[in-house]
Amino acid sequence: MASALGPATKSALISKLAAIVGEAHVASDAAGLAVYEFDASDEAIAGHHLPLVAVLPGSAEEVVQVVNLALAHDLPVVARGAGTGLAGGAIAARGGILIVMTRMTRIHEINEIDRYAVVEPGIVNLDLSNTLLQQGYFFAPDPASQRVCTLGGNIANNSGGPHCLKYGVTSNHILGLEVVLPSGELTWVGGPSGETSGYDLTGAIVGSEGTLGIVTKAMVRLTRKPEAVAVLLAAFPSMDAASRAVSAIVAAGVLPASLEMMDALTISAVEAAFHCGYPTDAAAVLLVELDGLAETVAEHGEIVARKCREHEATMVRHATTKAEQDLLWLGRKSAFGTLGRLAPNYYLQDTVVPRTKLPPALEFVGQLGREFRLEIANVFHAGDGNLHPLMLFDRRERGAIQRVLEAGDALLEYCIAAGGAVSGEHGIGMEKKDALSLCFTTDDLRAMAGLKRSFDPRELFNPEKIFPSGFSCGEVNQLKQQSLMRDGMYVV
Amino acid sequence: MSAPVAEHVLASAVVQPEVLTGFSGPDAPPWEVINTCVHCGFCLPACPTYKLTLRERSSPRGRITLIKAVAEGRLDLMDPTFQDEMYLCLNCRACEAACPSGVKYGELVESARAQIEAQSPRTLRVRSARIAAFRGVFGSSRRFRAASAGLRLYQRTGAQRFVRRSGLLRRVGLAEKEALLPELSERFLVPGKEFWPAEGVRRGTVALLAGCIMSTAYAEVHRATARVLSRNGFDVIVPPGQGCCGALAIHSGDLEAGRAAARANIAAFSSPSIDAVVSNAAGCGAAMREYDFLLRNDPDWAERARRIAGKVRDVSEFLADQGLVATPGPLAVTVTYQEPCHLVHAQRISRQPRELLAAIPELQLIEMPESALCCGSAGIYNLLQPEMSSALLERKLANATSTGAAIIVSANPGCMLQMAAGLRSKGVQTEVVHIMTLLDRAYAALDVTAAAAN
Ligand SMILES: Cc1cc2nc3c(=O)[nH]c(=O)nc-3n(C[C@H](O)[C@H](O)[C@H](O)COP(=O)(O)OP(=O)(O)OC[C@H]3O[C@@H](n4cnc5c(N)ncnc54)[C@H](O)[C@@H]3O)c2cc1C
Ligand code: SF4
Ligand code: SF4
Repeated sequence: MASALGPATKSALISKLAAIVGEAHVASDAAGLAVYEFDASDEAIAGHHLPLVAVLPGSAEEVVQVVNLALAHDLPVVARGAGTGLAGGAIAARGGILIVMTRMTRIHEINEIDRYAVVEPGIVNLDLSNTLLQQGYFFAPDPASQRVCTLGGNIANNSGGPHCLKYGVTSNHILGLEVVLPSGELTWVGGPSGETSGYDLTGAIVGSEGTLGIVTKAMVRLTRKPEAVAVLLAAFPSMDAASRAVSAIVAAGVLPASLEMMDALTISAVEAAFHCGYPTDAAAVLLVELDGLAETVAEHGEIVARKCREHEATMVRHATTKAEQDLLWLGRKSAFGTLGRLAPNYYLQDTVVPRTKLPPALEFVGQLGREFRLEIANVFHAGDGNLHPLMLFDRRERGAIQRVLEAGDALLEYCIAAGGAVSGEHGIGMEKKDALSLCFTTDDLRAMAGLKRSFDPRELFNPEKIFPSGFSCGEVNQLKQQSLMRDGMYVV
Repeated sequence: MSAPVAEHVLASAVVQPEVLTGFSGPDAPPWEVINTCVHCGFCLPACPTYKLTLRERSSPRGRITLIKAVAEGRLDLMDPTFQDEMYLCLNCRACEAACPSGVKYGELVESARAQIEAQSPRTLRVRSARIAAFRGVFGSSRRFRAASAGLRLYQRTGAQRFVRRSGLLRRVGLAEKEALLPELSERFLVPGKEFWPAEGVRRGTVALLAGCIMSTAYAEVHRATARVLSRNGFDVIVPPGQGCCGALAIHSGDLEAGRAAARANIAAFSSPSIDAVVSNAAGCGAAMREYDFLLRNDPDWAERARRIAGKVRDVSEFLADQGLVATPGPLAVTVTYQEPCHLVHAQRISRQPRELLAAIPELQLIEMPESALCCGSAGIYNLLQPEMSSALLERKLANATSTGAAIIVSANPGCMLQMAAGLRSKGVQTEVVHIMTLLDRAYAALDVTAAAAN
């Protein structure tokens, strides 16, 4: 638990922190800290962990000073953005100092010639894109949480989003980073050209969930705003038909900017929340966005509509006005939250299967629901085969959490056996650290641990994340692997 | 389904602070509502206090987490940060409109405040002063009018100019508050004393909520509202026996005073010949629409409360949905529209006022940025939290004046007072006008054109 600082040392530490970031930006009282017990994951994942103290720095220099103070006291350091993470990444699992980045929102430079911007990590994803839009650019990764989540969180989780089907995930859009390393030093990795000779340190830090360094500035790629955008909505009589349409669209040579699927349960919740115009009598809908040159968009729009109809679509609609398009996207992007209307708690799995395996994977999800007596909603990035089954439950019902976690594990194992991955885009955090040994060998894990140790030998940066429990010094949980191998579930 | 303590809490490994006081009684924040929050954070960017502080405790999700911690016995009701946050919240309900999960945040914060007020010896002094004000002045319209008449005397006699110039108020720390005092109407609107018959084909009867501030400071807005409604085919009555809607009391945690106000109004508006209860004050309309929640545990009144709450309409919503039968005359002005929180967030009415503005020929609407962000007025919030309030007012005025519009259109007296006071202190000429006043002017313009044509 939290460190063993005596009360006198603790209050001295708090005054020092206040001297660095300002008194208003330090929280150490019960209520001030209680709000950091959560991110957007279920509390079965996040547990109940409080930081010793939370600070909201205003600049990279302040972060450096805070980190050095933590090092001097041997305290863990955890970065936090907006706390929309779904894997417990921003939870101070071993106490220590929580560094909340939300005040660091400046845009330092927009360089149209070299197509990059230098930005602080606390900026909200959508605010960044909206600012860039004034010059005709945008920041392509658009997690459904983009109105809220921060660039720093996106970088740390290597987040994806509906538009990543065409544009790629966050790592494809980060050219360089300014980071505070676990040694307490401030340094830049990468740069405007995006090419580095030697080690790709930017690549190592993106997706490292705050375990290798705290990002204090990012050099992000500017993407040109497309000339034309079309949004199509298609309704299907079954999830199976919709999945086949997805494969058919991609096989026809069309690469949509996004290709999203929602099932009937999700549609009913979304419509109850926002009245977006989704058909409530459909078993599944596809939301397809196409962008690019006007001619191509029009041509591809016809192909998509045709492919949908060939696969039993009962309705295909073009959202013609911007308002109509925005409303459909509002529904899709708020979908997880709307499901909170149907049950007090949900557990959201984030796994990947190869696109062609979507129909059997969805069938398996249906089976899980029946077997574990769970209502499961599906809303996901169909184009990438990135599933997001969302299991609804009520934590007060005895045994409910257990059933949910077991169903989640069963699904992970299924997806890995099908050639997929444990996490599509939400990160490993606290949630999936034990699942990591399902798809990596001991040697893989040892190599990763070696990287972690060379950055952070004292294991003070976001401890208890990513690596399986008991793996701190390279000891993999081999028993678990062996037992899975016996069950024939472990794929090397 | 009421408030069992979740299993996991017992197993929690965190060392907890000593908890002495928690929620109690039927007015405790409902567990089902707390539990609807899935902590997705989608409400954060909508929240004015989060926008300005960027810290979790001042966000809706943070406040719900705190309420939950108190409900689960992990945080004390008397915790100073908890209390600060419950009162730093503007109860603007922007979080509710943004929340995908349908969390009824307003119910949570109002119940939490009521719990604080009921339990708190420390705030007793402030509380009793507040309750005296609510029960004594707002609680009776007659007394409110009497108090307001004193104020009018103060304004009319020139005493106001003298006091303002002398700097007396600033010295006693009242300058900001005094600047908020409305210019009172020449003639108050007294319920039961005025009636407007429908013009043309009669389409129904509407009952107007006179309210407290509206009936004294903005009596002319009421008359404008009534003229616009009658021109569009509605008999307009102002039933006697009605009083303050109760919102100010409810928002401050004095639920009993709120309930008394609600019962009086329900009785006053209960005639079956009333087709709709119309309010032109967003805050009052929102409060009346929630009478059913307020009186849910009162067997004698719950059903009647539900019936009246269902008949309440904001005047813009009512007119836009019924359709204007009389076309307004032209007004060649530029306006910008400020969305009152209790219209756009609490009642989700945003399209209708714009439709009415669009119906006025030659009027040009220039949208301001962040139109739906609270102006910081929020009932008596501006008196209790002057710092946050004036920061929000600054932001609102900067957004509004950036449009260059000559008129800021609003639909709530609190916002109008707040913005007008802000503009006055800056010496800016922009006018703040209620949407009904503007429509009434447009109809008057029609009469002028007609007269000229004859
Ligand atoms: C409704 C909903 C929809 C979502 N949709 C998507 C989606 O479509 N795609 C997707 O990929 N994700 C999605 N997410 C998950 C989440 O929004 C993303 O992971 C997001 O990038 C997290 O950003 P954040 O600012 O909230 O980070 P937090 O949750 O605060 O933190 C996440 C991780 O980032 C680290 N971190 C934060 N800032 C820094 C920094 N400056 N330096 C180093 N480390 C840092 C933290 O330590 C933590 O490990 C969704 C979440 C919700 C609730
Ligand atoms: S948007 Fe709703 S569900 Fe999400 S955190 Fe806010 S109140 Fe909770
Ligand atoms: S009511 Fe307004 S101020 Fe209060 S939490 Fe909600 S959005 Fe924030």
